[in-house]
Amino acid sequence: MKIRVLVRPKAGILDPQGEAVRSALPALGFHGVRTVHVGRLIEMELETADEVDAMCRRLLANPTIEDYKWEVVG
Amino acid sequence: MRIGVTIFPGSNCDRDALYAVERIGAEPVELWHADADLKGVDAVIVPGGFSYGDYLRPGAIARFARVMAPLEDFARSGGPTLGVCNGFQVLTEAHLLPGALLRNTHMRFVCRRVRVRVETTRTPWTSSCEPEEELELPVAHNEGNYFADAATLTVLEDEDRVVLRYLDNPNGSANDIAGICSEGRNVVGIMPHPERVSDSTLGSEEGLRILRSVLVGARV
Repeated sequence: MKIRVLVRPKAGILDPQGEAVRSALPALGFHGVRTVHVGRLIEMELETADEVDAMCRRLLANPTIEDYKWEVVG
Repeated sequence: MRIGVTIFPGSNCDRDALYAVERIGAEPVELWHADADLKGVDAVIVPGGFSYGDYLRPGAIARFARVMAPLEDFARSGGPTLGVCNGFQVLTEAHLLPGALLRNTHMRFVCRRVRVRVETTRTPWTSSCEPEEELELPVAHNEGNYFADAATLTVLEDEDRVVLRYLDNPNGSANDIAGICSEGRNVVGIMPHPERVSDSTLGSEEGLRILRSVLVGARV
């Protein structure tokens, strides 16, 4: 089973990485980008998805500053 | 007094910390990440560096190293524990300190000396400082931007748990926070590196003002 976990900065938390990307785009001629947020994509192959939520809470995301969601992709 | 210094793969201030422990007249003890106990030390320093390559998030992997289990017991039972830079990040990941260290607002690694004010002497790591004493200490970090939700920041301020505050905030840190302590006051996390200014041959020994405190103990 394949799982895809998406970890993102919590809404309202300053995301300097996203902001740096956003401000770089116009310099390349890409205009009209209002916001950019940079997260992390984690793909795992495992036997069962039973513990994926616990993995996210304990290690893959830091719930103080990040939100996560995961889905089965295959 | 015996002071342990944890060593993870990627720690790079461990030698400096061990040397600084010698400088204050205590006995330095190396605590390897795979150790199952703390060798009976009286205090622990979690040093700076890039433990486990900062993979995932700074401190996220180190937080589950074997030595962390006895360290958590030690810290939760009142043992004096100091996290410096990456060590601060490890202690927040381990939930021994609240909040988290985000990427610096300006997205650049900052490596210079900064001025900080000692905001409380009621911790084992600042007890021999003067109240509101100002120190010049080096910082060297990419993720030093302290973040906690508004309620947590209020608690930290109200309970006198901001330990060091930047006079010239180098990273966007909330409330100019450079260091905080736990509810029990024995666990302290700071971004500046006192161990890097522990010998006048290298320009300054102001860091010893912090480190010597642990010999005195907490004036709580």
